[in-house]
Amino acid sequence: MMRRHLPVLITLAVFIAGYLICLAQFPSFASTRVIGNLLTDNAFLGIVAVGMTFVILSGGIDLSVGSVIAFTGVFLAVSIERYGLNPYLAFVLIMGLAALFGAGMGFLIHTFQIPAFIVTLAGMFLARGMCFVLTTDSIPINAPAYGQITEIALRLPGGGRLTFIALIMLAVFGLGIVLAHFTRFGADVYALGGNRTSAELMGVPVGKTTVRIYMLSSFLAALAGIVFSFYTSAGYSLAATGVELDTIAAVVIGGTLLTGGSGTIIGTLIGVLIQGLIQTYITFEGTLSSWWTKIAIGALLFAFIVLQRGLSAASIRAR
Amino acid sequence: MSGMMQVSSARTLPKGLPQLAALLVVLLVNWLVFRDFFAVRLQDGRLFGSLIDVLNRGAPVAILALGMTLVIATRGIDLSVGAVMAIAGATAATLTAQGYPLPAALAAAAGVGLACGLWNGILVAILEIQPFVATLILMVAGRGFAQLIAEGQIITFVSEGFAAIGGGSFLMLPMPVVIALAMLIVTHFVIRYTALGLFIEATGANVRSSAYAGIGTKVVTIAVYMWCSLCAAIAGLIVTADIRGADANNAGLWLELDAILAVVVGGTSLFGGRFSLGLSVVGALIIQAMNTGILLSGFPPEYNLIVKAIVVLAVLLAQTPVLSGLRFIWRAKA
Amino acid sequence: MQLKSEQPDLLEISGLTKGFPGVQALDHVDFTLRAGEIHGLLGENGAGKSTLIKVLTGVFRRDGGSICLDGQEIEARDPADALSLGIGTVYQEVNLLPNLSVAENLFIGRQPHRFGLVRTGEMRGRSSELLATYGLHINVADPLGSYSVAVQQIIAIARAVDLSAKVLILDEPTASLDAQEVETLFRILNDLKARGIGIVFVTHFLDQVYAVCDRITVLRNGRLVGSRPIAELPRIELVSMMLGRELAAEALHRNQRPAVTGNPMVAFKDYGKRRLVEPFDLEIRPGEVVGLAGLLGSGRTETAKLVFGIERAESGQAFVDGKPVRIASPRDASRLRFGFTPEDRKTEGIVAELSIRENIILALQAQRGWLHQIPRRKQDEIANRFIKLLDIRTPDAEKPIGLLSGGNQQKALLARWLATEPRFLILDEPTRGIDVGAHAEIIRLIERLCDDGLALLVISSELEEIASYSDRVVVLRDRKHVRELSGPEVNADTIMTTIASHQ
Repeated sequence: MMRRHLPVLITLAVFIAGYLICLAQFPSFASTRVIGNLLTDNAFLGIVAVGMTFVILSGGIDLSVGSVIAFTGVFLAVSIERYGLNPYLAFVLIMGLAALFGAGMGFLIHTFQIPAFIVTLAGMFLARGMCFVLTTDSIPINAPAYGQITEIALRLPGGGRLTFIALIMLAVFGLGIVLAHFTRFGADVYALGGNRTSAELMGVPVGKTTVRIYMLSSFLAALAGIVFSFYTSAGYSLAATGVELDTIAAVVIGGTLLTGGSGTIIGTLIGVLIQGLIQTYITFEGTLSSWWTKIAIGALLFAFIVLQRGLSAASIRAR
Repeated sequence: MSGMMQVSSARTLPKGLPQLAALLVVLLVNWLVFRDFFAVRLQDGRLFGSLIDVLNRGAPVAILALGMTLVIATRGIDLSVGAVMAIAGATAATLTAQGYPLPAALAAAAGVGLACGLWNGILVAILEIQPFVATLILMVAGRGFAQLIAEGQIITFVSEGFAAIGGGSFLMLPMPVVIALAMLIVTHFVIRYTALGLFIEATGANVRSSAYAGIGTKVVTIAVYMWCSLCAAIAGLIVTADIRGADANNAGLWLELDAILAVVVGGTSLFGGRFSLGLSVVGALIIQAMNTGILLSGFPPEYNLIVKAIVVLAVLLAQTPVLSGLRFIWRAKA
Repeated sequence: MQLKSEQPDLLEISGLTKGFPGVQALDHVDFTLRAGEIHGLLGENGAGKSTLIKVLTGVFRRDGGSICLDGQEIEARDPADALSLGIGTVYQEVNLLPNLSVAENLFIGRQPHRFGLVRTGEMRGRSSELLATYGLHINVADPLGSYSVAVQQIIAIARAVDLSAKVLILDEPTASLDAQEVETLFRILNDLKARGIGIVFVTHFLDQVYAVCDRITVLRNGRLVGSRPIAELPRIELVSMMLGRELAAEALHRNQRPAVTGNPMVAFKDYGKRRLVEPFDLEIRPGEVVGLAGLLGSGRTETAKLVFGIERAESGQAFVDGKPVRIASPRDASRLRFGFTPEDRKTEGIVAELSIRENIILALQAQRGWLHQIPRRKQDEIANRFIKLLDIRTPDAEKPIGLLSGGNQQKALLARWLATEPRFLILDEPTRGIDVGAHAEIIRLIERLCDDGLALLVISSELEEIASYSDRVVVLRDRKHVRELSGPEVNADTIMTTIASHQ
């Protein structure tokens, strides 16, 4: 019972320890302003990480999410600014398009048994290439709707703001938790990651589930792209490079097994926050350069992968 | 397994013909859009022309593909080569800028590369972490290390000797082409004139049988990842020398994907076993020729990504057991 | 225990045929199962048991014959389909999902739900109730993997039966259970029997067959040997059905030889590993053949893997020429000039993609190390010499070995080790699954090698065969070396009695 929750408890312990270290050095970490910013700054990462958690839980991987985020931004900028499309219509369009894109990748992965990382790698190229086809410039988005949306925020006691995009992220996490733990789809995802053959023998609809998982991931990547465009108020084809790696790292640090079958959505939220914490600390510190973020994340990734290896080896021995 | 094999042996085309034909087609298309494509001229003791340009620009990916071929032949994958390129480039550039002699800088870069490979190899062979997961760690952290070495800056250096690795020439050929050729020959000799090639293919095709036959499969796996990282370090040196500076953020960015693509186009299966170094190099040249062709035809270079995505999917779909099974049935009926 | 023979059969299989390239896995097999019967299905590896089950559950398509369930002809598309028809299967390596909760395993795909949300409470309640009828009171919210294999098996049985199974197939369910767990399992099987479910019980433990089965069916080499009520079947006769007495007469001409004397070339003292095989002593002299006999799962293959360093011994010491040696890997064994041809040729022996030449020189090359490549001309010479010597039927040495027949693959594997000029050769089922001609050739080869002064350890389930070439035979039962036969005791009858005897 204890062992099942061990990875996520370790994640939580890492987060609390990290937070306390930050607090000891910079007392302002206790302010709601810092916490509000932590949530806002990592909103798009959190949203895409929910989708990635489903993918990794099923034993797959999705390397295309960064490119999908960039494509979403470029698509919105071009359609709204150049063609005067209603922003809300553009949101619906791009999310539908992304869902189709994800479904296509899922179809290829399932039907032709090509490794997921290769298919989504091709998807990454394709989406990034489509960005460049639309435009290579950074296009600012000045639509009034954008101004209105970014204004929405809950005031927190102590001067902090819980912005609309932070609220979207928290809502996505909430829905993700329900989807993962309280629906048949969620159980099927875990089943796929546990043992594909067994799942098939037990009557889990493997093909349908695979398609839906990648559909969900691309759909959430598009939502993250929309949120990212609120955040930056622009669409740029080189945006969000390397986000796929940050996302995978957040999911793994959040206690999800990279080989699939085990993990939680709430762990991913903590994983995202740990990354945000490292970044905020480095900003506060001032003398440390941003590359330490990558090294710290790499070190955490390594620690968690080795930990998972150790735990699974121990559970095999225990039988 | 044996079913797939029977299919592949049923193919009557000589090995490598599809790749060479594809290269020829791409080159011919390039010639159609740009009539001077095959024109080569000699200037200051060095060859110039679009064809030479394809070779020159294709050299780093070709070198990466050499190492990647061996890794993929053992049923592995190395996602960290781009990051290793950045690390090696940053190491050499920093040491050169600090006034160390060229041989010391190059040796240090190679040493750092080998150390990265050892790390990957230990994770895969000893800790038995899936290759794709194991090398992801260095892919994430590697650029951070490169920036740490370069202290977050783009390190520029003044060293004609170092710059010559990227921009010089030897026997009328651009230096990167010479280095790539040398690496191909060295790798070929190390692999085919020792028993390593056999051990790599055996390990990739059936690791259990190989271990039972007394092959040290773990040592083979580690060696392969070390060679792959060494190749990445050399490619990193070329890229660094070419721009006379180390850019930890962008050196080798996305090149891991090009390298994997080159190997796949070259016909080495992602499921390990038989491999061909020469055809992987041909694969790298096909990719570069497409790049050059898109440039010459006036499209923005970014269209490359779409073309690459379509090519990799097409090649994989053609190799997929489902499709080759269909082809087998079709052939049996015919 | 009453046999309702007047009742029609629940499951009736007749003339079932299934072939794979080069092998006839099932050859006109008949099999019947009555409702409320526990029916043992027995046979050695390659007998056709698992093919029979896989055809029955829709993993494979049959080539011919008919399967009737409740008088209706059926053809399952896949295991899920078979389950919906009423045929449930529980495998030794439980095919459930260890990462999901017990309740989810029982209800996946049919979870009770409302507004799209799974009603976890109801699902857990129903799971607890269901398992309680099997005498299992556990927390169904815990992941399946946190419970022992025995509990997992009961859960798998509960799942299969709850999904309306009329026929329950248990494929070696007891292989990794201890005595008490087996007892619990049998109690459950008897309960199910009383409920009218027909149970097919695949096992190789004779005691268990006699403890729980009503009838048995024995398969050998894809053919039906016979079906008999267990009550009128003496143990020795059952073993003889399983191992068979037919022999390739021409192969067996070797006469009783004087006992081989001299110092042992290899010796193992108190050698063993927990859960694999209990500590044993074994000595083999040059020119001596020691046979290992026993039923499947008795510890034969495990002994071979321990001796060759594939598994590391936890106790005891190995000696070569009287000197203590360490064998921690096949590499160590190979350096000591040991050789090993495994039982599972496909996954542990050949490298299917590589050529015959490369497969033959693989072990020799591994011994020499990667730096000292055997020159190509030498490679060709070695390969061609052995192709000729062992009469490997192939147009040339460059053909991928995966395309050869089983017998020729086996010869090539022998060649792989003979090329290293070994002193001690371990052959695990060297004649399984190969045609009669190659069979005889391999036996003659074993005898010739022995005359050349090699030490040989040979595993076989063909008793006449093993008796014909062995100087001594070690009999194994339940992962233990129980008796060593030598001199006139080395004959099929004595081996069989020893295997069949109780403690």
